[in-house]
Amino acid sequence: MDSLNNKAWIGKSLRRVEDPKFLLGRGRYIDDIELPRMLHAAVVRSPHAHARILGFDIETAKLMPGVKHVLTGIDALNICQPLPDLGPHPDQHVWRCLAADKARYVGEAVAVVVATTRALAEDACAKIIVHYECLPAITDPEVAIADRSNLVHEALQTNVAFAKTLTWGDIEQTFQRAELVIKDRLRWHRSGAQPLETVGAIADYDPTSGTLTLYQNSLTFSNYLFLLANTLHIPSNKLRVIPTPAGGSFGSKTWAVKVAAIAGALSKLCRRPVKFVEDRIDNLSNCDHHGSDRIYNTELAINRDGAILGLRMRVVDDYGAYLQYGVGTHANALAQIVGPYKIESVEYQIDAVLTNKCQQGACRGFGSEVHNWALERMVDKAADALQLNRIEIRRRNFIKADEFPYGIPFGNEYDSGDYHAVLNKALATLDHEGWLAKQQQARQAGRCVGIGYCTANERSVFAGTELGLLLDSPVRVSSMPESISVAVDAIGNITATLYSGAFTGNSAETMVAQLIAEELQLEPTSIAIQYAGSTAGMPGTGPAGSRFTVMIAGAIQGACAKIRDKACQIGAQLLKIPETDVEWRTGGVSVSSQPNTFKSLVEIAAAASMFKHDLSAQISSGLEGHQVYDHPHMTMPKGDDKDFGIFFPFVGHGCHIAVVEVDPKLGIVEFLDYVAVHDNGTIVNPRSMEGQILGGTAHGIGTALMEEYVYGTDGDLKTNSYHHYLMPTSMDIPAMKIAHLETPSPFTPHGIKGGGEAGRLMAPAAISSAIEDALVHHKVRVDTMPATPTRISAWIMNEESAEDVDL
Amino acid sequence: MELNHRISVTVNDEVHAIVVESRLSLLDFLREKLGLVGAHAGCEHGVCGTCTVIVDGKSVRSCLMLAVQANGTSIQTVEGLAIDGELSPLQEAFWNKQALQCGFCTPGMLLRATELLRANPDPSAAEIREALASNLCRCTGYAFIIEAVLEAAATTRERTA
Repeated sequence: MDSLNNKAWIGKSLRRVEDPKFLLGRGRYIDDIELPRMLHAAVVRSPHAHARILGFDIETAKLMPGVKHVLTGIDALNICQPLPDLGPHPDQHVWRCLAADKARYVGEAVAVVVATTRALAEDACAKIIVHYECLPAITDPEVAIADRSNLVHEALQTNVAFAKTLTWGDIEQTFQRAELVIKDRLRWHRSGAQPLETVGAIADYDPTSGTLTLYQNSLTFSNYLFLLANTLHIPSNKLRVIPTPAGGSFGSKTWAVKVAAIAGALSKLCRRPVKFVEDRIDNLSNCDHHGSDRIYNTELAINRDGAILGLRMRVVDDYGAYLQYGVGTHANALAQIVGPYKIESVEYQIDAVLTNKCQQGACRGFGSEVHNWALERMVDKAADALQLNRIEIRRRNFIKADEFPYGIPFGNEYDSGDYHAVLNKALATLDHEGWLAKQQQARQAGRCVGIGYCTANERSVFAGTELGLLLDSPVRVSSMPESISVAVDAIGNITATLYSGAFTGNSAETMVAQLIAEELQLEPTSIAIQYAGSTAGMPGTGPAGSRFTVMIAGAIQGACAKIRDKACQIGAQLLKIPETDVEWRTGGVSVSSQPNTFKSLVEIAAAASMFKHDLSAQISSGLEGHQVYDHPHMTMPKGDDKDFGIFFPFVGHGCHIAVVEVDPKLGIVEFLDYVAVHDNGTIVNPRSMEGQILGGTAHGIGTALMEEYVYGTDGDLKTNSYHHYLMPTSMDIPAMKIAHLETPSPFTPHGIKGGGEAGRLMAPAAISSAIEDALVHHKVRVDTMPATPTRISAWIMNEESAEDVDL
Repeated sequence: MELNHRISVTVNDEVHAIVVESRLSLLDFLREKLGLVGAHAGCEHGVCGTCTVIVDGKSVRSCLMLAVQANGTSIQTVEGLAIDGELSPLQEAFWNKQALQCGFCTPGMLLRATELLRANPDPSAAEIREALASNLCRCTGYAFIIEAVLEAAATTRERTA
């Protein structure tokens, strides 16, 4: 066989195969789809953060024009089981598609109307009267920890849904031995994914077969759909999910199950197709996918030479009203708990607190973005305390290139990397020396110019163990597969079939085309790609945790090897020579000793499809390969709260350097330069990878400077529209310089690592560092995200009022 | 007050005379009455720009305009950019430069950029940045979109030179 190492298609910045339909306005997103006799749903949202539901007046609404059905949360109790909740004790914080006993946050749906148009459904929603008994809102997670009288879920008897302290190494001894202990309290406020398309589903129940078909832009886990089937009282083999392109997800459409459940329940009731697409207020207030919301009390044990010895983090995490993913976002932080540094002892304490806010879900980083920020903030503070250069302290603690694979505290492993090289490349790309000189000049002119650094890791490709990793008695799920079928038709054309909802704006189909082209030496654009839906029998997981490209690459390798093997068998018979004498060559099969003898894939495919009885009896008709690919490098947790096994091992690295100028009067941050260097192993399509880094960094800039779900002390959501929830526009994002290193993973197909979350995992730390440096004479500590103009002004004013400033 | 009105609009050079409710937005009119689903409902309060279409030469948020207000106008949507299935220079440049990821903001971006290039055939990167600040993109960080508009402007200038 030819070596597949001389890569024909991997590493090429091809145009994306997905794009023409979107450029032409023919994306076929969920809201573009119309089915015959389709009805439309709209929900009634709770205006109260915390209120007992006493009853509903729905008679007026039911008589409104076009209304076909009104379903209240109380009625829904008889129709739907609770929604799937992977938390530690789902029976004690029961999560439903419509609230029945209490409304637990502003925006929670309590009733739904189905009508012939969306507008008529909304008209009827306005006529539904819900009788509430308002209760005091629980909004401060630190207060909620101790409060036993006012509870989000009475059955839980506390607002702390999960608490645990993990220790690695002799933490007490490390902190006693250390020459200095750096302490800080850090606050990361919740923000969100904000895909510009909301979550939507069309449910089409067929009463003759009992099959419920769901078209939807969410629910990528085809192997976990039995959970939703249970919610809807549908046999799992009669729930058929057909994925539509998602207009963005960034985590938040991985498993947004509620919208599908509402549409599904109503289609069963009405026996007609029902479309439910969130409006923007639904998505902002009720999407179940708010991002991390954490308070860190952190200590770093260091020596005067800059060595970081120990890390203590006490984390209070405000999860909102439910706990669908358990504390998976802390397992994610644990995957890279020490960042790129060697740290011998770690203590990590979690309090997962329930409050009257929308629950957390997945948002580009899934808990590791905030962990990176907190760790990097402490490293900067340690450098400052030692009067050590912020770059130098990082260099002194980096894991070195010859130390991989490197086992970190609590069991995870880093596969490969070269952190010094990434940092060097970032400094060179920026012209760091040049900027230091320019910064000096600017400071002499009275300008607040700062340079900030982040050197951090990006874990990719989680094992199935991640979500339940920290729970005391988890169901030890270990699988998280990806599958593909590759079929060659009678004239040699190839169709690839995917088994998860793979397209969320990533370049899933382009990756598949390039990787199959690599394996079979074909033109990528000649390959057709389709989605099987969930009932076709192969398990899929879809894009999450920067896993898709690595996992589908493994499935493609297996499927294409089967095709090549059978092609060689058939080719040998067509050439009338022993099979051992043929080998796969570009686009076909040839005799090893006679390279000019050749049977093309087209000839072989024709023989396989139409002339089977000319071949030997053991060769069946057809030429296709099916492959289920499981995680290639994971180990099971030991169950001792010490060693959780290898669960997130393909670890990229990035260095972001931000150069900013802060206007100290207005608190406004302006970018003067920005560099992002990433090492995500072998890159399949460099342009697509760069697009992910640019987009993730833009998201991270939003997280750092403006994005925030603001809840008032009464639990009201102040940022329930895009007038108030601010996101970066083209004027807010600087022109960035992007560069790459490619340190292959030794464990993955082609050495690929995931890179979809990269930018957001780095940008907030680099920007915080730069703001602090810009305001060094104001002695500002950036301890809160986002650093809005209001917060920056307050930091400056507090400092000025506290002590005289000597500029 | 009349609840229904007969309106006549020209959309992508095709005339449509249709009775609409007073409250029907131009966005819902295009999507539901004409089946032109390229304009998207992103926020429905005039911030995100995914519903952008061109009305009488000016880009508008079709979620904030009523269908009745469009009576007598000429409208261009994303479906009208390609001629006989051939991508416009701007669409081609978006494809070349990977100026889209999820594609949801793309129709609005294309139309806003089309309007810009009609007014200014040779814009600087800074002018493009400012012009596109009306439209949110959550995927790309805007850099490749700006590159694509620069490329399309150059291509168009070459073709018309």
